[in-house]
Amino acid sequence: MLTKKKSIAITLATVALGVASVTSQKSVPNAFADSPVPLKTRVQLTGAGATFPAPLYQNWFVMLNRKVPNLQVNYQGTGSGAGVEQFIKGTVDFAGSDVAMKDEEIAKVSKGGVLMLPVTAGEIVLAYEVPGVPKLRLSQATYVDIFLGKITNWNDPKIAKDNPGVKFPDLPITVVHRSDGSGTTAVFTQNLSEMSPEWKTKVGSGKSVQWPSGKFVGSKGNDGITATLKRTPGSIGYVEYGYAKTNKVNMAILGNKAGKFIEANEKIGSQTLAKVNLPANLRAFILNPSDPGAYPFVTYTWLLVHKQYDSPDKAVAIKAMIDYAINEGQSQSSALGYIPIPKVVRQKIAAAANAIDPSSPAYKITVK
Amino acid sequence: MTSSIPPANMGKRSSSEQGLDRVFFGLTRAFAIGIGLILLLIALVILFRALPAIAKFGLGFLFSGQWNPVNDVYGAWPLIYGTIVSSLVALVIAIPLGLGCAIFLSENFIPKNIRTVLTFLVELLAAVPSVVYGLWGIYVLIPFLDPIAQWLNKHFGWFPLFNTPASQAGGMLPAGVILAIMILPIITAISRDSLASLPPDLRQASFGLGATRWETIFRVLIPAAFSGIVGSIMLALGRAMGETMAVTMVIGNSNTVSSSILAPAYTISSRLANEFAEASGMQVSALMYAGLVLMLLTLVVNILADMIVNRVKAKYN
Repeated sequence: MLTKKKSIAITLATVALGVASVTSQKSVPNAFADSPVPLKTRVQLTGAGATFPAPLYQNWFVMLNRKVPNLQVNYQGTGSGAGVEQFIKGTVDFAGSDVAMKDEEIAKVSKGGVLMLPVTAGEIVLAYEVPGVPKLRLSQATYVDIFLGKITNWNDPKIAKDNPGVKFPDLPITVVHRSDGSGTTAVFTQNLSEMSPEWKTKVGSGKSVQWPSGKFVGSKGNDGITATLKRTPGSIGYVEYGYAKTNKVNMAILGNKAGKFIEANEKIGSQTLAKVNLPANLRAFILNPSDPGAYPFVTYTWLLVHKQYDSPDKAVAIKAMIDYAINEGQSQSSALGYIPIPKVVRQKIAAAANAIDPSSPAYKITVK
Repeated sequence: MTSSIPPANMGKRSSSEQGLDRVFFGLTRAFAIGIGLILLLIALVILFRALPAIAKFGLGFLFSGQWNPVNDVYGAWPLIYGTIVSSLVALVIAIPLGLGCAIFLSENFIPKNIRTVLTFLVELLAAVPSVVYGLWGIYVLIPFLDPIAQWLNKHFGWFPLFNTPASQAGGMLPAGVILAIMILPIITAISRDSLASLPPDLRQASFGLGATRWETIFRVLIPAAFSGIVGSIMLALGRAMGETMAVTMVIGNSNTVSSSILAPAYTISSRLANEFAEASGMQVSALMYAGLVLMLLTLVVNILADMIVNRVKAKYN
């Protein structure tokens, strides 16, 4: 509640600053005439939402501001739910969400409706802390059973079967999950529901769920989970790939639907995405992909923008932002642990974004 | 004799002065009512938003252990239990420590200069932000408590308070210890003030009757300062029940009820902090209901404190 209020206050403050800067810059409209983007005035865009892509978005928007000095974009990682809510209320120009929008939420959006653009993607990994086990393979049935609380010790024969030749300690398994409502939990539990009917009936899927009883503890945020994992021998938990990579925690090699063991990385993620057909509204959930080379937990994250904006400048600014995201921005995603989007998808995004109104002065996004 | 006092300006006061008086009176009255109104409005908004959950779950909410956002079934018993027990653990640690500290600092055991420094240091504890306490809890306190918890479980595992293996991922014990440290300055500062403000005659009379220093402290000074001490403890309890950030970081956030203080647990305010940002529909309502329960718990604590203080006052008057 506090954070939400705070974020609203911050947003209000930034909006107020934005208004102030627009009025002060209006007197020198041609100061940035050489900019590649046809903006008449200085424009400030505000966005809020998912925390998972926030580091990438913030990186993009700083770089974009260097390229187009009269376009400043701010993004607050307030959580997908809060972002969608602010977007519907119209207090932000765009939003970020890990779980796209539900149909009833889409119906509430004014200004011509919403475009959901999957500008980046991520993987969820199982990070673990088991002394003496630097490399761990878990088949789909095994990790589902661990999260169901049915496998409770690392010396369980099912784990040994996945890892021939590895000696496991007699150590109880502590499952670490997100205690805060999060898109990561939603995607993770959606996949588990797809993998196991038992999970679907016993636990189900959502931003927060009722975890099975047993040695389960909750920690706040990716950083909280990582901290708990590092100091708890015998623990396993789900975190974003980028987070696990930068914090150098052990990641398990996971079995997919076809029974193959796949290691999480950007290349595998991109390949998995390329095999998925996106519908016209670009909303697709990749649940337990059946391709033999696919990593089991891959997810898009969406940028939510309006189909119409109040002023041509704002529409151009939004387009410039999307242009940067799907072109130059993609090269930064690997470095930060996100998955680059396949070209087919980027072309679909460009086509959708080019229809944003009002479209004069003409600004067209082309995929490089 | 009275004529030597200069005549006060007792005559008719000027109308501007009277006007100022009225404005001041009105202003202070508005402030007083305003604060009451704010509290009332907060309570009303929470009640209003909790209504769907109250209608759906009724009083069963207080006794059910389910918290299932997927099926929209909610119950707050583990949260209520965790809130009360973590606060009690904190009080068990903080009362002897805080009270001892207050007695020590209000007596002349050590030179006044050192006492001032010590008092200042204790009060400084209150200035540490709770997120810092939380981080300290994660990286210092839990690793420190871990061997102690394991020892307790190994040797006193038959005792219900220690009958689960120690959870390195956080639990009731580290949460209680963190809370104890956070409420120490409240107990110490207020108790010390009420001990120090006792009339010196009281102590001198007690010594004069032949009482030793300890008899004076325990039979005369503490009973005389009792209302202040209970007040400080109740304030501290209120703070402990409402503390959010530090507790969330060390309690393990597990929706279970365990007799063991070594097991992970959950509190109402932690649940609110964790889930509010991403909640929707009935979940928001259930969280509001839990918030309402927390407000009522605090109210009950305050009423109890008042009753205790009044009873003791009646005894000593």
